[in-house]
Amino acid sequence: MSDLIVFENASKTFSTPNGPIEASRDINLTVKRGEFVTLVGPSGCGKSTLLNMTAGIFAPTTGKVLYDGKPVDGFNGHVGYMTQNDHLLTWRTVGGNIGVPLEIAGLSKSERKARVEELAEMVGLSKFLDSYPSQLSGGMRKRCALARLLAYSPETLLLDEPFAALDAQLRLRMQMELRSIVQTLGKTVLFVTHDLDEAVAIADRCAIFTRGPGTIRNVLDIPLGKERELIGMRHNPDYVELTATLWDEMAPDIRLEEAV
Amino acid sequence: MKPKLILIRLAILIGILLVWQFSSGVLIKEFFVSKPTKVAAVLAKWIGSGDLFYHAAITAFEAFAGFLLGAFVGISIGLLLGRAKGLAEVLDPFIMAFYSLPKLALAPLFILWFGIGLEMKIVLTATICFFLVFLNTYTGVRSVSREMIAILKLMGAKESHVITKVVIPSAITWVFAGLRISVPYALIGAVVGELMASNRGLGFLLSSSAADFNTAGVFAALCAIVCLAALLNYGVSVAARAMMPWERTTEQREFSI
Ligand SMILES: Nc1ncnc2c1ncn2[C@@H]1O[C@H](COP(=O)(O)OP(=O)(O)O)[C@@H](O)[C@H]1O
Ligand SMILES: [Mg+2]
Repeated sequence: MSDLIVFENASKTFSTPNGPIEASRDINLTVKRGEFVTLVGPSGCGKSTLLNMTAGIFAPTTGKVLYDGKPVDGFNGHVGYMTQNDHLLTWRTVGGNIGVPLEIAGLSKSERKARVEELAEMVGLSKFLDSYPSQLSGGMRKRCALARLLAYSPETLLLDEPFAALDAQLRLRMQMELRSIVQTLGKTVLFVTHDLDEAVAIADRCAIFTRGPGTIRNVLDIPLGKERELIGMRHNPDYVELTATLWDEMAPDIRLEEAV
Repeated sequence: MKPKLILIRLAILIGILLVWQFSSGVLIKEFFVSKPTKVAAVLAKWIGSGDLFYHAAITAFEAFAGFLLGAFVGISIGLLLGRAKGLAEVLDPFIMAFYSLPKLALAPLFILWFGIGLEMKIVLTATICFFLVFLNTYTGVRSVSREMIAILKLMGAKESHVITKVVIPSAITWVFAGLRISVPYALIGAVVGELMASNRGLGFLLSSSAADFNTAGVFAALCAIVCLAALLNYGVSVAARAMMPWERTTEQREFSI
């Protein structure tokens, strides 16, 4: 598989009124086409910053971010970005929000309606198509944002803690749904999560960030196979082993936080 | 709940009218304040002769046409400058200079340009409404979430999509705030224009009654102006409801944090 996203010594420093803040330093990471990479690390270590650079919201201060061999320059139209805050359009219903990218793509009204219903069904929001975002719970808003993202089927999905607000069962269902979509359509995924079990369960590889300033400490291979049974995962000895390794990898940061 | 509210309001209105009726001629000379019964009589006479509707229709037309024209230009330029930051920066001192000018002071100029017909009142009204709508629209456009715009652009949105799908819907609350405060100013434009130079309209009715020392006529004309303002306000509220359906669900939503 070819390299799709390449970070070469990418660093980002924000200039703020209180002085510069170094969000990422010397990020080196290569993501292959069709790969599912999870990003874990303490809060504030630059995970969202990495997704922002991939989407072209801003360029790295030094170093390079290449997408499909070319430096990312301005908004990267090949990626879909589900941000940490859902940023739904508050004046549109759930159906209207999911339909936005389809309107932009110029689909007819009937095509849009069919596709929106299909997507809402998938994320379990069929009954809420006519509700406004203000009437939804946090988890429902996230699912709506996910449906909107999948509506236009971008080549690469950038997901920033997409399932954080979901209950365990729903989260498992969404994880399976996402993996199967990614699998069938051959998407590339960068997936930020706080949940170490999730980081292992759904990933092909897991990048571990460390704080102060944000760098990637290690990238863990997750050789659990492309076709995997997420429901029975807890009983898979390889999975248990990998999760333990990830916990160990994260341990230095935990001790660091105790010391602070 | 609702009928009770109406009853209370009605009671207050009747109270005011009674105090007016019986203090006039006792506490204050009737020449200055007239009497509700006399005002009603004048109104009845004007309604009977058709004068009231004729003059009210003219003022309503001027106010409405000026309001629409000012609102349309205000919204358009507000959108344009709101999106073109550089241009807005260049034009800022000119806009502020023009904004600080008391718009009614332009009336003599408009009389020179357009004569004393309807056009002059329409242009005067439009000029006043323009600034209120423009400044609100501009502020609304500038406060649109940049994150939402970025997310739409990642979806492949062009500027036209950004404007129609994000900028206008999220600025529309501001636009309507501008429209709402414009309503009384639209009537100021029309009525003051008529007071200055006209032989038609409620402003003319007002000034000609005053010239005849007909206090009841003055109050009758004022009543008609208030009714017109209420009508225009109602129109704007109906339009706001129709164009912002999501506001209603937000209002009706049971409170929770
Ligand atoms: N727009 C910004 N301006 C200034 N500092 C920022 C900005 N965005 C993020 N940061 C800082 O960059 C660091 C990394 O942020 P972020 O990538 O959001 O972390 P994470 O997503 O891993 O929690 C944090 O210290 C944060 O305060
Ligand atoms: Mg983050």
